[in-house]
Amino acid sequence: MPLFIVKRIGQALIALFGVMTLVFFIQRLTGDPTYLLVPENATQADIEAMRRTLGLDQPLLVQYGRFLWDMAHFDLGRSFVQNVKVTTIIASRLPYTLQLAGGALIVALVIGLPVGLILALGRRFAITRALMGLVLAAQSMPTFWSGIMMIMVFGVWLGWLPPSGTGSLQHLIMPSIALGLLSMATYARIARSAVLDELSKDYIRSARARGVGTGRLVTHHLLRNSVIPVISVTALEISQLLAGAVIVETVFAWPGLGQLTVEAIASRDFVVVQGVVLLGAFVTIAVNFAADILYTVVDPRIRLGGTRP
Amino acid sequence: MTDIATRLLGRIGRGYRVVGPFSLVLVALVLAAIFAPWLAPNDPNSQNLLGRLKPPGTEARGILYLLGSDELGRDLLSRIIYGARVSLSVALLSVVLSGVVGTTLGMAAGYLRGWTEAVIMRLADIFLSIPAILLAIITVAVLGPGFVNVILVLALTRWPRYARVAYGQTLSVANMPYVRLARAMGASWPRVLLRHILPNIIAAMAVIATLEFGLMVLFEAGLSFLGLGVQPPTPSWGATLSVGRNYVTSAWWIATFPGICLFLLVLSVNLIGDRLSEYLNPKSR
Repeated sequence: MPLFIVKRIGQALIALFGVMTLVFFIQRLTGDPTYLLVPENATQADIEAMRRTLGLDQPLLVQYGRFLWDMAHFDLGRSFVQNVKVTTIIASRLPYTLQLAGGALIVALVIGLPVGLILALGRRFAITRALMGLVLAAQSMPTFWSGIMMIMVFGVWLGWLPPSGTGSLQHLIMPSIALGLLSMATYARIARSAVLDELSKDYIRSARARGVGTGRLVTHHLLRNSVIPVISVTALEISQLLAGAVIVETVFAWPGLGQLTVEAIASRDFVVVQGVVLLGAFVTIAVNFAADILYTVVDPRIRLGGTRP
Repeated sequence: MTDIATRLLGRIGRGYRVVGPFSLVLVALVLAAIFAPWLAPNDPNSQNLLGRLKPPGTEARGILYLLGSDELGRDLLSRIIYGARVSLSVALLSVVLSGVVGTTLGMAAGYLRGWTEAVIMRLADIFLSIPAILLAIITVAVLGPGFVNVILVLALTRWPRYARVAYGQTLSVANMPYVRLARAMGASWPRVLLRHILPNIIAAMAVIATLEFGLMVLFEAGLSFLGLGVQPPTPSWGATLSVGRNYVTSAWWIATFPGICLFLLVLSVNLIGDRLSEYLNPKSR
């Protein structure tokens, strides 16, 4: 394995370790985490018993060691409310969130990248300014508001799409758009600035001088070279979309991890909340790792030089 | 006196040309928040169960509901005006808190290097590995919701962004001749940071803070929407939206109007941020 991959794996593991430590300490921000872990109606005796079973009467360092040990075995603990392993609960909800995030990513890429390209190539036309305004509007749109408005217009008034819930592809359309709009704006802006960057470079000018037409210039010269920022944004967006799903799922009663988190907070099922957060961090670290490896495939200069442009 | 006034007007005029017409939306909302008790036509918390879910423009028991009433018969317009207070103050305070903490840590890391740098920047990386909204949710789950806790949580989640920018900016100016000269003349490191480095990075930090302000407004509304933000009966746009979600079939106005305010506020802040960053580094145009 090349050295840079080994180094990068090391960095990812350190980040994971750091995240677990952070979550461990956040749990203890108020002192005793037992209160977070017991149901609301627990008696004092229940709390004492729970403290002993969970080992929360042990020294902090021992607790920390046990926490890391469990995490290293992919053991996220057990939900006291549902009396099921957290990994099982998460596994049953994860497919829904992945569908939603996938749908949103498709919306973002399919609309965002062409829009970015248009914004860059047509920056001299007045109509592009209006398009830029739309992109900015999409960027400032709260997902929960655009979601509710879509439910009202397309779900209730026009009756074109099911207002909430799950079951068919139609159910996926509105949540994907609501969640994807923000990423769409990000893609449009990144694609625009990446293409503008490349347009000013010498190879584009010489290609033009050789008589290469605009269409071929875009497909054969511009796109491949503009792809690096798009990859790095995708890594960021995937974790953003998973996190953003928390709110969008609540709006559309979509039974994924987000709804699970909100339910878990309402029923004071802290272990589940913690499990979702750790999963989110794991995914973030993993996609960033994947993006770094992907750069070296797309752009061999990075592999040789060792630095990201 | 008039001289000072014209100069002041001139300054405002120049500033306005930089930030653009959308800044007026922000100004209007800020004024609405400050003068809420005088502007709001009704008490935002007074319930009127006979006037529940009245559409905009109806009158019930002597109260005119300009933007309609909510599920408890409270005047939506008054709740929106008071809600601006929550949105703006939470965003402002969390931006100030995370900005000051993040900038200080970032500058210290970039100037002192060595161990300080390693610890602060690795810590920032760790915070950034957890998606911000998830980090905010788990921390609120531990601390409990409420005005102060939401501000603390948002600051805790967002300081690394300032730290990263301040760090990068500090690195780029730390070796400038005038900084080296100040050190050679025996300036202590807090003095160098405050007098020589801070003035040079403050513009970049202001741009980040503006963009973060919009994000904080969205975060606060999002947390309130999930029931984790400011608690009822305090009027908050996010919480009102979550009520509106339940009445999409019968009372469209509850979700529509606070959402429009939220959208316009974030849009104007984002536009100002964009304009500022273009103004401060023209290359990005």
